[in-house]
Amino acid sequence: MPHKTFFWFILPSVVAMILFIALPIASVVIQSVYVEHERVLVEVENCGPFGCSTEVRVDTEATEQLRSEQPLGRFNGLGTYLNRAHLAVEEVGTIVSTSASIGEALTRIYNLPFYKAFLFTLIYCFVVTPLGIMLGFTIALAVNTIPRLLKGPVIFFSLLPMIITPLIGSLILYWMFSSNGILGATLQTLFNDPTLTLRQSPALTWITLLVYGVWTAAPFSFVVFYAGLQTVPGDTLESAMIDGASRWERVRFVIIPHLAPLATFVGLVQLMDNFRVFEPIVGFSSEASATSLSWLVFNDLVGQDSQAFGSAAATSVITILGVVILLTPVLIRTWRDFNAKGA
Amino acid sequence: MSASVGKQPLYLKAAISGFVILWLIVAAFPFLWTVWGSFKVEADFFSRVGWWNAIVGTRTELQTGSPFTGDGYYGAWVTRDFWRAVVNTGIVTISVTAISLVLGTLGGYALARSGHKYAFWILIAALVFRAMPHITLVSGYLLPFFELNIWGHLATSIIVLVAINQPFTLWMLHSFFLSIPKDLDESAMVDGCTRFQAFRLVVIPVMWPGVITTGLFSFLLAYNDFAVTSMLLSQDNQTMVPKISSFLGSIQEQGNVMYAVAAVVSATVPLFILVLFFQRQIVSGLTAGAVKG
Repeated sequence: MPHKTFFWFILPSVVAMILFIALPIASVVIQSVYVEHERVLVEVENCGPFGCSTEVRVDTEATEQLRSEQPLGRFNGLGTYLNRAHLAVEEVGTIVSTSASIGEALTRIYNLPFYKAFLFTLIYCFVVTPLGIMLGFTIALAVNTIPRLLKGPVIFFSLLPMIITPLIGSLILYWMFSSNGILGATLQTLFNDPTLTLRQSPALTWITLLVYGVWTAAPFSFVVFYAGLQTVPGDTLESAMIDGASRWERVRFVIIPHLAPLATFVGLVQLMDNFRVFEPIVGFSSEASATSLSWLVFNDLVGQDSQAFGSAAATSVITILGVVILLTPVLIRTWRDFNAKGA
Repeated sequence: MSASVGKQPLYLKAAISGFVILWLIVAAFPFLWTVWGSFKVEADFFSRVGWWNAIVGTRTELQTGSPFTGDGYYGAWVTRDFWRAVVNTGIVTISVTAISLVLGTLGGYALARSGHKYAFWILIAALVFRAMPHITLVSGYLLPFFELNIWGHLATSIIVLVAINQPFTLWMLHSFFLSIPKDLDESAMVDGCTRFQAFRLVVIPVMWPGVITTGLFSFLLAYNDFAVTSMLLSQDNQTMVPKISSFLGSIQEQGNVMYAVAAVVSATVPLFILVLFFQRQIVSGLTAGAVKG
């Protein structure tokens, strides 16, 4: 295809991506080195019958004017990145030098908002992804053996947790797990502990969030593996059987190696998707026990009095860096595939 | 596969059936439970006595005279104007799907037919863009949108969602176009078509399955979005998902959480229907990217 034709075909799509994906990333980077203006203070002299006193007041007009003239705020360099709400360099330094043991230091670092969110995001990512893949694989193996007639309906119901709007899915589970809901109440009876509620037990909140994650992630792996199972060569399986391989050995040495490339693909895609976990935090209202990086950005942006653009932007930049790190293996793989195809 | 390779012993069959049934319960029960519960009053769905009340509707019968009630739906749709959010969602999702597909087919076709290196780099850039968390992009939009005075309109959200959707749409359509032989459009061009005519009159007609599958996923992305629509739409223009989340803020305290339950069920119904009719396309779309590599 000539360059010119290519250009006109791809133009609308590329313009949309540059305007609304590339530029916002640039905008986030710029915003992150600015912070909101401080209020303009003026000294006013009040003179009364008992002499004069000076008083410091906020000059609302001047503040408004400054804000509308320079909406970005004032330049702050890397200040936002290093402050208490983000990387908290100073605080971490103090904690490390004053804590008696490593455990204590880690607990205190965990209480800093950024590290709390970061840890949850990582754990969510690396717990939900493998569990989702394993569950999906097991379901695929099981569904593959049931009668043909039943497969359609089973796949239909299996797709629901994946297709559901994340916020709605998490609300549905949240209501069931809340202390008056069916699962929450059952858990209380089971453990004989009336204080076991999502609000009071961070551990329960974490577990329900992870359960939600696996619940929505498994169907994707299931569908991909199920399709992969249809392509497992029958000859190899048969010869493995003739050679005396047991059922389990056939799964272990024929099916799993055949599906391994698919598993890498699913794993990488899900790792990236799970890294931006956000809606469940809102749906489960779990911000007291568990937050995520995306949620921190959201929280800065919905601030009631003033939106903390600088702070949100700094968290965004750190999140984007995280995504890029997770993405590197995918990029390398695509690069290799492309070269292999070209050669 | 397994059917051709030996029969399973009975205990294995039982274990497999048990597992499948268990998974079906895990996957489907939450939905059934919420649909059932949405026709009860709050004292039953969130019963302090026991979950059996939610099934038989003891309190619902006491309060309304019948074991089922549509109060939640009435409250959400009429009292709290949920219908307005439904209309907005309709406008947003249909526009996003249509525009995404127009841009995506043009771009995806070009990418599939161009052997040049820059086509590959555009695909790589799209891959990186696809991985960006939406909320971080939103934090990039807000300030410029306020300054340009385009914040809060449906059109703004539609364009943003189309753009966010492009990377995925491009990848998917690109791989569908690759599966259509080049000879088809080339012979059309030999017969005197321009490139665009060949694309429009020859390639697109055989691409419909791919276009429909990609359209489904564009629809889902727009429908399921929370980050963009909750931050970029003003109160009057809210779509369903942000509307539901705003229910939670204001209603939970008033003891009318059932409005939210009813709204959640209402918003789930279209997804149900979608899976019911397009199950095959959804499955093929999910596997297209994966199995081809």
